[in-house]
Amino acid sequence: MRKVYLDHVATTPLDPRVLEVMLPYLREVFGNPSSLHDWGDEPRQALEMARGQVASLIGAQPQEIIFTGNATEANNFAIKGLALAQQDKGKHILVSAVEHFSVLNAAKTMGKLGFEVGQVPVDKHGLVNSEEVKRRLRQDTILVSVMHANAEIGTIEPIAEIARVVKETGAVFHTDATASTGAIPIKVTELGVDALTMAANQFYGPKGVGALWVRRGVRIMPLLDGGIQEGGRRAGTEDVAAIVGFGKAAELAQEEMSARLEHLVPLRDHLIQGVASRIEHSILTGHPTGRLPGHASFCIEFIEGEAMLMLLNAQGVAASSGSSCTSRALKASHVLTVIGLPPEIAQGSLVFTLGRSTSREDIDYVLKELPLVVERLRQMSPLFAKFVKAQKGGK
Amino acid sequence: MHPRNVGEIENADGVGEVGNPVCGDMMSFYIKVKDDRLTDVKFKTFGCGAAIAVSSMVSEMAMGKTLDEAMAITNQSVAEQLGGLPKNKLHCSNLGADALHKAIEDYRGKKGQGAKAKGG
Repeated sequence: MRKVYLDHVATTPLDPRVLEVMLPYLREVFGNPSSLHDWGDEPRQALEMARGQVASLIGAQPQEIIFTGNATEANNFAIKGLALAQQDKGKHILVSAVEHFSVLNAAKTMGKLGFEVGQVPVDKHGLVNSEEVKRRLRQDTILVSVMHANAEIGTIEPIAEIARVVKETGAVFHTDATASTGAIPIKVTELGVDALTMAANQFYGPKGVGALWVRRGVRIMPLLDGGIQEGGRRAGTEDVAAIVGFGKAAELAQEEMSARLEHLVPLRDHLIQGVASRIEHSILTGHPTGRLPGHASFCIEFIEGEAMLMLLNAQGVAASSGSSCTSRALKASHVLTVIGLPPEIAQGSLVFTLGRSTSREDIDYVLKELPLVVERLRQMSPLFAKFVKAQKGGK
Repeated sequence: MHPRNVGEIENADGVGEVGNPVCGDMMSFYIKVKDDRLTDVKFKTFGCGAAIAVSSMVSEMAMGKTLDEAMAITNQSVAEQLGGLPKNKLHCSNLGADALHKAIEDYRGKKGQGAKAKGG
């Protein structure tokens, strides 16, 4: 049976070239980079080389990169650390309504600690309007966080435009670029941001390592106290192998970005067009054109997401969904809710995220299997039965 | 996943509907009754894999039973028949038994009205 992995936004497979450079640091080059003896030298150098590679991917300075355990940690670090560092200037934090939980919940926690959190709404495509940000900025706003691209609906936010508006105040501007780093070109100076989150496992690097970029001169309070690793900003013995892998993945992403885009975009569009033409009562969620290159997210009416994932999985296809049943909290995706989708439509969420290994044959296979899955579930659905009856009645 | 008894019954003797699409789970049960026994049970489900499995299992457990036996089918017995359900999916098992019971109550209600109409 054909196996088609279309859940790259969850994680990507490790590039063999990345694994290659990581191995020595899991074997003979095992030293702690903080050690003063010879065993610490090579790991220390490797760390700094990786730092340079990651910085280069986003057009930043190496010393501005702080390695973390993942994007969630980087987001927590950003929200809590930046707010706490600027709290003498004010207590107001602004986040967009479509942020990842690691941003929303970190902000919520700050709300319980005496800060005030406001949310910027989005339009039906999930786009943040800079005017909406401006309207909500206050004298005492110290931190604004808007993600660069959304993992659930693929929409790419107008960060540079929003940055212009934020710059008129003294607030620090953070962007969660977990879904976009390595996929689309990023230059932090062009984006106009002060802090940026990224994770290696989104672009063929290892899990367990992420980074927060913080522009030189911006104050941030450490999340993890302890030793003085990462320039005193993130304590803890570094996962050297993972960081080395992160660096290599970043280097490859930078070198191969155009080629990857050229490969992904036509396949994504083929999938989007294919679903639109083969499956009635399906909608594309997120912005139709301003979206991540490998991202195709839909809502399929009258049926439920987890059931679709199960049937697709039985046919060897891996995808994701924002329905209630696919969340451990049994709550439908907040992103689908805030873009104004009726709840029963949101339950039919189906998200495909393509990657380097995805072929045209893979997409054609999905386009063959998905309509069968949808048909089967619609035959079982009381909602579909009602709809059909209503249509017949109308005639 | 091969659920049995998917469908509707035209002129069903009883219909029971529970849940709502907003929550992500909705089940409709249709029954045919003869001599106090369920001669046919069909269902339609909008919901996750567990919801579909539960409604299928309920329909199989209920087929051929007397109405009282069918009313005795509980959420726990359904979950047991399925070999257990993950904790966060137990609510799906609630819906299945409830929908069946609602269909039976619908039938009994109609029957009762019929009996009253006959001047009982």
